[in-house]
Amino acid sequence: MATDDTDIVIIGGGPAGMSAAICAASHGATVTLLDEQPTAGGQIYRGLSNGDNRIAGLLGKDYQYGKKLIDQLARTTVQHLTNTTVWSVDENAVITYSKDHQANRIAAKIVIIATGALERPYPIPGWTLPGVMTAGAAQILLKTSGIVPEQPVLAGTGPLLYTVASQLLGAGVKIAAVVDTVTSKNHLRAAKQFPITTPGPLLTGLSYLKKIKRTQTPYYKGATQLKITGDRSANGIEFQHKGKVVSLRSNCILLHQGVIPNTQLSRSLRLEHHWHSLQQCFHPSIDQWGKSSLDNIRIAGDGAKIGGAIIAEHHGTITALGALADLEKITEQTRDKLAALPLAAIHRLDRLRHFLDALYAPPVHYAEPTDDTIICRCEEVTAGDIRRYAKLGCVGPNQTKSFGRCGMGPCQGRYCSLTVTEILAAENKLSQDEVGAYRIRSPVKPVTLEELASLHD
Amino acid sequence: MFKRLHDDNTFVFTFDGTDIQACKGETVAAALFANGIAALRKTHTSSSQRGPFCMMGACYDCLVEVDGKTVQSCMLPAQPGLQVNRAKAQDE
Amino acid sequence: MTIRSESEFAVVGGGVVGLSIAYGLLNKNKNVTLFDEGDLALRASRGNFGLVWVQGKGAGMPTYAKWTRASASRWQSLARQLSNDTGWDLALQQRGGYSIYLDEKSLEKKVATLTELKKQLGGDYPFEVLGHNAIKKEEPHIGKDVVGAVLHHEDGHLNPLVFLRSLVKATQLRGLKVVQKKVTLITPSGNGFTVQTTDQQQHLTEKVVLASGLGTKALGETLGFKVPIRPQRGQVLITEKMPPVINRPSDEIRQVNEGGIQIGASAEECGFDDKETIKTTAELASNAIKQYPILAKAQLVRSWGALRIMSPDGFPIYQQSTTCPGAYFATCHSGITLAAAHAQLLPQWLCGDGAAITDLGIPFHDFSENRFDV
Repeated sequence: MATDDTDIVIIGGGPAGMSAAICAASHGATVTLLDEQPTAGGQIYRGLSNGDNRIAGLLGKDYQYGKKLIDQLARTTVQHLTNTTVWSVDENAVITYSKDHQANRIAAKIVIIATGALERPYPIPGWTLPGVMTAGAAQILLKTSGIVPEQPVLAGTGPLLYTVASQLLGAGVKIAAVVDTVTSKNHLRAAKQFPITTPGPLLTGLSYLKKIKRTQTPYYKGATQLKITGDRSANGIEFQHKGKVVSLRSNCILLHQGVIPNTQLSRSLRLEHHWHSLQQCFHPSIDQWGKSSLDNIRIAGDGAKIGGAIIAEHHGTITALGALADLEKITEQTRDKLAALPLAAIHRLDRLRHFLDALYAPPVHYAEPTDDTIICRCEEVTAGDIRRYAKLGCVGPNQTKSFGRCGMGPCQGRYCSLTVTEILAAENKLSQDEVGAYRIRSPVKPVTLEELASLHD
Repeated sequence: MFKRLHDDNTFVFTFDGTDIQACKGETVAAALFANGIAALRKTHTSSSQRGPFCMMGACYDCLVEVDGKTVQSCMLPAQPGLQVNRAKAQDE
Repeated sequence: MTIRSESEFAVVGGGVVGLSIAYGLLNKNKNVTLFDEGDLALRASRGNFGLVWVQGKGAGMPTYAKWTRASASRWQSLARQLSNDTGWDLALQQRGGYSIYLDEKSLEKKVATLTELKKQLGGDYPFEVLGHNAIKKEEPHIGKDVVGAVLHHEDGHLNPLVFLRSLVKATQLRGLKVVQKKVTLITPSGNGFTVQTTDQQQHLTEKVVLASGLGTKALGETLGFKVPIRPQRGQVLITEKMPPVINRPSDEIRQVNEGGIQIGASAEECGFDDKETIKTTAELASNAIKQYPILAKAQLVRSWGALRIMSPDGFPIYQQSTTCPGAYFATCHSGITLAAAHAQLLPQWLCGDGAAITDLGIPFHDFSENRFDV
């Protein structure tokens, strides 16, 4: 059963989780950091601790920057449990997790959920075929194992798509094509959000695009009606470009349509969430110190709102400071003083984020998949099925779940929840907030019955 | 479809009885990709082929069977001598 | 405030009970409006176990045993009718089901209960007791700790979600009007009732049937019902899909037609809290592994809690209001098992011919809530 309460338990070892842990431990709190990966860093700095400079060199300085946090974390008193999968958090801040095939529980005074982001589901016909993966997945292969795709097509939009393209080109990969779904409407919208300061990351982004051009990589802008071809595995992609159907051959298609907060734990706790129209996804509702609708549950980083690694790092610090003050480890004055710098940094970077959100907003077709497109990958429920359930009277995702098993598979809606909400909103002419999202139940990640049974006293 | 930039510290595990060469630090999913294997299982509902999609433990498309348990190959470190099998579909 | 619709029957509650009743009324060519709540309403119909279950039902109230069997024996015809309407297969199987025991004492107690029930039913109650070897022959994966099981040949199971969806589609095809708003008040007016919804609309109806589970309490009291019901939480586990490992369902474990293993049968008194807990799910898992050790390595995909609707004695209540005739109240915690009775028999009572049910040897007035008067 749960041992004595730890002051702060942090779930997730990415930038937000690491900085929260470092900050909390430096002010005398007992801290446990639970993370699924074998080493700290999250997905963004994944593989960085492996110390393979040949790969780190390819990934660039933004990636190498993470070493600072990883090293700092290693010097703290934080109890860092790696290869640890959290599958339940309850409203009393008791966390249940698996490590080495053994279930354990830990009680916290305050839990900081720092589970980061997931890539936005981008359902197009054929996206379940072997050979189709997310652009992030290809990047993880590069970061962790130095494995690269041969002649891939990258399709969709969002900063990560260009980053991955650039990194693959840097690794000597010949990219078959970049199929960009960004529209000129996005450019107009984004122009209004143009950040006056902090051009640094923007210049980096531009250099990625330039590299795509310089290497004469085929680049199709404003593509629509994307469709992956192939029977047993992917063998190409088809799309509309400038009024013509373009058909390309490739057995590796990398999709990307931006990232969204991973809200599985916050949903399982039934915390308040709200629709964020610029980022086109749900955010858990938090106050300025990361406090959710439950006092003892805090959310930091991209799991709260998409901001990227640097914002997440600052937000982790701020969330830790809020928790430290509530636990009376520091005074409110100290909290406010220490929060001033990270808050200012977030404020500055937020302007760039708004610009990126507007520029790389997913195209209309992403939320309006064709009837034959699989939406729920686990249970193979199509967009047409969901539309039929709407006609039978389903107003919300939990009803479609009962009607067609949509979202009932092992991923528990991670790659269909958002699309189901969008389809139901369109079919029933409701807002996304009115439609809502799946109710998530534990285990948020599957666990064997014998492990669960071991917790029976 | 995938290749390794560097081939160091190689060892062997098995996938459905076939030897698979892996490098230190690779997950089972990564090693299978490097060996040209992208399709790992068939779905229960329609018996369609699936392979790794997210590589970060979120999508559950890369499921394989080890020691009688269904596990995510993208979260499973490859190890010398590890015996990995295709996960059985309902009709198998 | 505007008046929206006029119907012969208003059914309040879009779960399995309300929909089964509505389906039955539509089959009698009645004009029916059904009222249902939103996506996050407490929905027992979406958390249930999917059993069509006879054994043990009605111990202490033989009328309920008869009612249960009357429904179970009509289930094949209901399933056929729904499949004809919708083209969907409910995966109904009535090849018998078990209660599985890990200790002799509990098994003996169960056998004594069923023997007494069999006597009360005049000897017509087809169950048999299987020892360890006999159950092992039927269920090769049964664990060594299982001492025996009761096999009742009238038990079975189905896919409850396909059933729910089929009811929705079939009632829609037969002209059910659905109002997706919460009902706030029902008042007698003229020759019938006015049903008021959250959007301030009024709907006129000749008769009203309350089948809104735990939501019935407030609505029913204003119509003169006592509504002696309370929530009871049940928790359920579902594993990943597996090749066939379980032949027949038990009241605690079954393999659903899609392949997952469903594990349930907990009962907790905790008000309206429908969350799942580690304490109970761990106990369910532990028990399941004892019964079927092969499940130890199965991955649990999801667990959930749902609220049963319990009356003081656990039996159904069917009551017409004495102060507001034309208002009916129906509740039970076995909405799946009783669905065939609700679709094929209950409408007779709602149309004024309760005697027809009594004529089947099922004294229908036994289900009155007056039985709780002291």
